[in-house]
Amino acid sequence: MNLNLKVWRQNSPDEKGQMVDYQLEGISEHMSFLEMMDVLNQKLINSGERPVAFDHDCREGICGSCSMFINGEAHGPVKGTTTCQLHMRSFKDGDTIFIEPFRANAFPVIKDLVIDRSAFDRIQHSGGYISVNTSGNTQDANATPIPKENADLAMDAATCIGCGACVATCKNSSAMLFVGAKISQYALLPQGQVEAKDRAQNMVAQMDAEGFGNCTNTGACEVECPKGISLSNIARMNREFLDGSITK
Amino acid sequence: MSTLDGKIPGGPISEKWTNYKNKVDLVNPANKRNIDVIVVGTGLAGGSAAATLAEQGYNVKAFCYQDSPRRAHSIAAQGGINAAKNYQGDGDSVYRLFYDTVKGGDYRSREANVHRLAEVSTNIIDQCVAQGVPFARDYGGLLDNRSFGGVLVSRTFYAKGQTGQQLLLGAYSAMNRQIARGKIKMYNRHEMLDVVIVDGKARGIIARNLVTGEIERHSAHAVVLGTGGYGNVFYLSTNAMGSNVTAGWKAHKRGAHFANPCYTQIHPTCIPRSGDYQSKLTLMSESLRNDGRIWVPAKKEDAQAIRDGKLKPTEISEEDRDYYLERRYPAFGNLVPRDVASRAAKERCDEGHGVNATGEAVYLDFAAAIVRYGKEQATIKGEDNASESRIKELGKAIVKAKYGNLFDMYKQIVADDPYETPMMIYPAVHYTMGGIWVDYNLMTSIPGCYAIGEANFSDHGANRLGASALMQGLADGYFVLPYTIGSYLSSDIRTGQISTDTKEFDEAEKQVKERIDSLVNNNGTNPVDYYHRKLGNIMWNKCGMARNEEGLKEAIKEIAELREDFWKNVSVPGKANELNQELEKAGRVADFLELGELFAKDALERNESCGGHFREEYVEKSGEQKGEALRDDKNYAFVSAWEYTGVPSEAILHKEKLEFNDIELKQRSYK
Ligand SMILES: Cc1cc2nc3c(=O)[nH]c(=O)nc-3n(C[C@H](O)[C@H](O)[C@H](O)COP(=O)(O)OP(=O)(O)OC[C@H]3O[C@@H](n4cnc5c(N)ncnc54)[C@H](O)[C@@H]3O)c2cc1C
Ligand code: SF4
Ligand code: FES
Repeated sequence: MNLNLKVWRQNSPDEKGQMVDYQLEGISEHMSFLEMMDVLNQKLINSGERPVAFDHDCREGICGSCSMFINGEAHGPVKGTTTCQLHMRSFKDGDTIFIEPFRANAFPVIKDLVIDRSAFDRIQHSGGYISVNTSGNTQDANATPIPKENADLAMDAATCIGCGACVATCKNSSAMLFVGAKISQYALLPQGQVEAKDRAQNMVAQMDAEGFGNCTNTGACEVECPKGISLSNIARMNREFLDGSITK
Repeated sequence: MSTLDGKIPGGPISEKWTNYKNKVDLVNPANKRNIDVIVVGTGLAGGSAAATLAEQGYNVKAFCYQDSPRRAHSIAAQGGINAAKNYQGDGDSVYRLFYDTVKGGDYRSREANVHRLAEVSTNIIDQCVAQGVPFARDYGGLLDNRSFGGVLVSRTFYAKGQTGQQLLLGAYSAMNRQIARGKIKMYNRHEMLDVVIVDGKARGIIARNLVTGEIERHSAHAVVLGTGGYGNVFYLSTNAMGSNVTAGWKAHKRGAHFANPCYTQIHPTCIPRSGDYQSKLTLMSESLRNDGRIWVPAKKEDAQAIRDGKLKPTEISEEDRDYYLERRYPAFGNLVPRDVASRAAKERCDEGHGVNATGEAVYLDFAAAIVRYGKEQATIKGEDNASESRIKELGKAIVKAKYGNLFDMYKQIVADDPYETPMMIYPAVHYTMGGIWVDYNLMTSIPGCYAIGEANFSDHGANRLGASALMQGLADGYFVLPYTIGSYLSSDIRTGQISTDTKEFDEAEKQVKERIDSLVNNNGTNPVDYYHRKLGNIMWNKCGMARNEEGLKEAIKEIAELREDFWKNVSVPGKANELNQELEKAGRVADFLELGELFAKDALERNESCGGHFREEYVEKSGEQKGEALRDDKNYAFVSAWEYTGVPSEAILHKEKLEFNDIELKQRSYK
């Protein structure tokens, strides 16, 4: 198939970027979206131009590196899918495709489609862990049975890949789905409950400090999240946060 | 040639590690504060090591090339992690895990290391659960297990199909706690480009800031490499796009021996390739072989009709299917180890029974499992007269609960529904058992430079069992290195900070800069990928699932020529002092072009078939085992550790003799 691409090009963080047009011919429907981008880049290199910078690594939907805003949607048109798992069969011959970086104040553009998501890491530093040392004599893993239902819910929350699509999608650039998922994972497990209150307080404070917006319950994040992280995690986070505020 | 000393402690195998720990030198907590350790890599191995060393009080600087430690390639591991917990009461034990690993590795691993691995395996699960890793549980709230290839017990712990992700997020969370305490300084988007040796000891690294292009010097009292495997030397593999050998290769060039580079694991269950544009291959977890049955059409005409799109697999009757693993290996069936399963698939496809348009695929079929589970569920639910469609419905629900995300992934890539039609799979490069040589302390042949996780060579011999890489990464990082490194660092308590303002750092930095400059100023005509693909082709065709003398000799020559051409004609657009992904790739491919040659040389020199290294000349010629790999324990029960001399194929061979005191060497039989 033949495609018209409109791709965000921006050389450095302080430079103003712009959309640039490219034509691509002979794209196979079996290609992944990133393989299509590879074809574009080989073409650019062959004609002496600068290839488009974009983050990617695993190319199987798990590392959370890839982060394109495609035709106005984070990770493109297919639900439950990261950009690297999107295939060209979701497009048709002659389509115009807009490709932009994830945008949010807390995610500055570094170059082209590459953004700085280190704010997510800093939120995790503020409380995204259980304080346990590696000693080799923690209690036996089966000493505390955990109801399957809770274990499964914790797992669902833990599948967040930290891609930032929720932030990019939200009109307020809120990171509540991401933070809610982490807080929920721990809140649902007995091991995590000891520090639960402080954790919620600290992570929410850091989230605010990073410049993410507030949640106004539009639910767009859940729709665009490639891992189907549920809004109920935000509700759980709010409960944990309020509990912490009251007891403090 | 010399003989290498693995520094294996004395005593009976089951007491070596305990004795070692009881006697090892410790660094007192106050002194740890004065000692810096660099950890390159934040996968399971590097991440767990960084967190634990920081917990103990060392000042850790950790590096990864991704934008966050959480994105290391370990994140992609699907199936699970082994541990000798014997929660299922099916006869598992530390000894059995040790035995299975040594046997699975085709008797080419170091016994003492493997035993230690099996011993600490149980601690890993306890540690991870304490960290909040949400492993799968049964309805009683206890941990669930599955079984993996090459073993007869159920000892694999898992978190849906995302075990690596959950374990890595556990290690990442432990790192975060130490980053918050200021004990780990994290350098994201940094690539290590050299190790710096001062007075014969590893004392730092040269790294490139991938955002600004700046070349930085970092010093420490010891350098730990947890930089993963080098499967991407084949271009197409299941590894992440950025996985590379650069860190290990630079250490090799500075004196670290590289061990058994030719031991590569080709994983039997990957999604077949679809076209020339293919950038990577996707693994379907081996856990699928618990329930999926592997087959090809028994008649070549049927296979041809399928390739031509005239016949569907579901239209082939049971009699006309060849469940070749069940036929050839009745004891293990579909659960034979990976190397055996991969070669058997290749053999069938080479004989003309392959499916998919390319003829390079076999079926992995869940129809029988769906019916089996469906009937079980109908009985549990008291639906004695359940219809066929009801049984299928119930069965599908179970299969979905077990493998749902894998089935979804398959559907997304291939656009076929594996609940209705069998999956197509084909072997792909997946893991490298070879790596930097280390002694029992996990120290490389450079004093003060350690290698852990997939980057080292020690535990998996010539073939790794499923779910054992995650175990090894975390064992090394959480439980082994933090002890062994202490014995080295205890002599450094009075050294003081290592200066980066020395001629050794000057020289290393200069070399790194010169190489980068020659790449960006080359004005060649071929993109980096052009070379990477070509290298991959040579590797796959001549150093892949089956190797022979002639092909390997050709490979050595062709890779050397390709490398020469690369340095003349590669085109790297952009500048050195900016984010430049082509430059990053160019540096990695340049190193693969050297490693590939050593790889072929190693395969050529090993005149036997063992594990993932299959030489067509060395097979059983007759009897029940006809066609199976023929190991030569008399002449090749050693580790090949190569010393760099300037030209990869002229590396000097050092041997570490492998002694098996606790396990009898036998031909692996899975029949
Ligand atoms: C698809 C897939 C599925 C798998 N499933 C399983 C499974 O179910 N069970 C199992 O046991 N094993 C599995 N494996 C194998 C296992 O995942 C790996 O062997 C293991 O995770 C490797 O961990 P590691 O810590 O050694 O390295 P990695 O996780 O590869 O980490 C390497 C780290 O080094 C960094 N790095 C590399 N080079 C440099 C450099 N030059 N400078 C700076 N940083 C650098 C990277 O940024 C990264 O942080 C699977 C592998 C694949 C590919
Ligand atoms: S919650 Fe979903 S969209 Fe947000 S970072 Fe996690 S996986 Fe991505
Ligand atoms: S590249 Fe890893 S999730 Fe897309």
